[in-house]
Amino acid sequence: MRPKTISEKIFESKAGRECRAGDVVECEVDYVMVNDVTGPLAFRAFEETGMEPVREKIVLIPDHFVPAKDVDSAQQAKEMREFAKRHGIPHYYEVGRSGVCHQVMIDDGFVAPGRLIVGADSHTCTYGGLNAFGTGIGSTEAAYVFATGRLWFRVPESIEIVLRGKLRENVSGKDLILRIVGDLGMDGATYKALEFSGPGVASIPMPDRFSMSNMAIEAGGKAGLFPYDPVAKRFAEAVSRGEYEGVNADPGAEYVRTLEYDLSKIVPMVAVPPRPDGALEASKCDVAIDQAYLGSCTNGRIEDMRIAAGIVKGKRVAPGVRMIVVPASVDVHRKMAAEGLIEVFLDAGAFVSGPTCGACLGGHMGILSDGEVAVSSTNRNFIGRMGHPGSKVYLASPATVATSALAGRIRAPEGFE
Amino acid sequence: MKGRVWKFGDDVDTDQILPAERLVSENIDRLHDFLFEKVRPGMASEVAKGDIIVAGRNFGCGSSREHAPRAIIDAGISCVVAESYSRIFYRNSINLGLRVLVASADVGDGETVEIDLDGGKIISASGTYDFPPPGEFEKSMIESGGLMGRLKR
Repeated sequence: MRPKTISEKIFESKAGRECRAGDVVECEVDYVMVNDVTGPLAFRAFEETGMEPVREKIVLIPDHFVPAKDVDSAQQAKEMREFAKRHGIPHYYEVGRSGVCHQVMIDDGFVAPGRLIVGADSHTCTYGGLNAFGTGIGSTEAAYVFATGRLWFRVPESIEIVLRGKLRENVSGKDLILRIVGDLGMDGATYKALEFSGPGVASIPMPDRFSMSNMAIEAGGKAGLFPYDPVAKRFAEAVSRGEYEGVNADPGAEYVRTLEYDLSKIVPMVAVPPRPDGALEASKCDVAIDQAYLGSCTNGRIEDMRIAAGIVKGKRVAPGVRMIVVPASVDVHRKMAAEGLIEVFLDAGAFVSGPTCGACLGGHMGILSDGEVAVSSTNRNFIGRMGHPGSKVYLASPATVATSALAGRIRAPEGFE
Repeated sequence: MKGRVWKFGDDVDTDQILPAERLVSENIDRLHDFLFEKVRPGMASEVAKGDIIVAGRNFGCGSSREHAPRAIIDAGISCVVAESYSRIFYRNSINLGLRVLVASADVGDGETVEIDLDGGKIISASGTYDFPPPGEFEKSMIESGGLMGRLKR
């Protein structure tokens, strides 16, 4: 048998036939997720078919503009609520029991090793952190999956990212992926999957894996896949629902390109706007900030909150700077409360909200005005991404965001000043 | 197919094509009003039926929002010509029936160009540029009225 990549093996198992990169296959997907922004277009397309939905596979998670930020958003959220009710969709997540869609997908166990999951949100690639082939699709395609439980795919070629060594203290998976996206460029992985491998993978904890897979799309990637190793196994055993089977690449599998990284050489990074591939060492970026944003599907997990809280504890956010803290899910929010982190942030003078996509994509609760600058733990810094086209967003790790919030300027965390 | 060129550079993301804050159901029938509003204010009101977008590499990168190709279609743009596309934008366009041609065309903003779809040629005052004609899969998608049209068949 020809040795295969993780991507080839997942599609092979789903399609029930031998697959190699470049093949076009139609196969069963495990789940299809839509949010309040992409859902309504899918609902319209679906209703035109008059078909019965494949209920168990559909996950509906309002997160972008909820709790409803205005009347239009309220109408939109209502469309999703009514669709769920009309068709008896069991997996619908109401405000207060929900959060950023990708974190909810993880928290509630939909994501598991070896699964094929599509979502009408480009950051569906996050699930590769747990060895699932997650990929973003459009709303019309989501409607097709609602109706059939299936979709067509082109089996992607893979780019191998070999990791060696161990990340230093105060350096995270976010810094590493900002480096990798900088090296690949914004279209360096278009139509391709990133597959992480090498002896360094074992030292990368699950939240960092999710952050890295999350940003595969920032290089155009179709997926960002981690292997099924003991770290993934333990996480899946604790969190994933149902049956699943982890998938690893065969030795000798073919990759279109291989990049190697010595993790001990990675330093805190930022992405200079307006490009996610604008990689620059954080210590070389001395820019005054108006806002420090901690949250999103990239870095709104409990581990991110712990890191940032550890840095701001007993200190105060710089005068004139707003620090905005947004947990990625109710689960994260609850843990923050239990661990006393909310108090730490409040004492530091930060604003803490419940889970939502919030200002990440310029929705609400932290929109920037003309000329304002933010350092943000999110994933995109396009023109006007977080508000006015004249505002700027520097992407960074939670540690850099927290350190910068205190300094009032972009600052690398301790040890990298 | 003949129209005025709206010229863009590399890595045009979907936040530029249609800002996230416009993605509400109330706007679904007037998405074209917000086309490129942050980066090319005024374009939405000037664009005419049959106009053509010409761009560089990685057109439509970023978010999966299908509203972006929808806004382009609703504005009356007849096709997009770019050196390459992001994966999700490309799929969305084909699923909705928007013509997305892969070509490197050195034409200026405001120029009028003619596109010979069957012949795979973009004809401008400054020269002629070739593009690969659509494959069988893409053709059959457009003929059946996009992805959902296939399902109804």
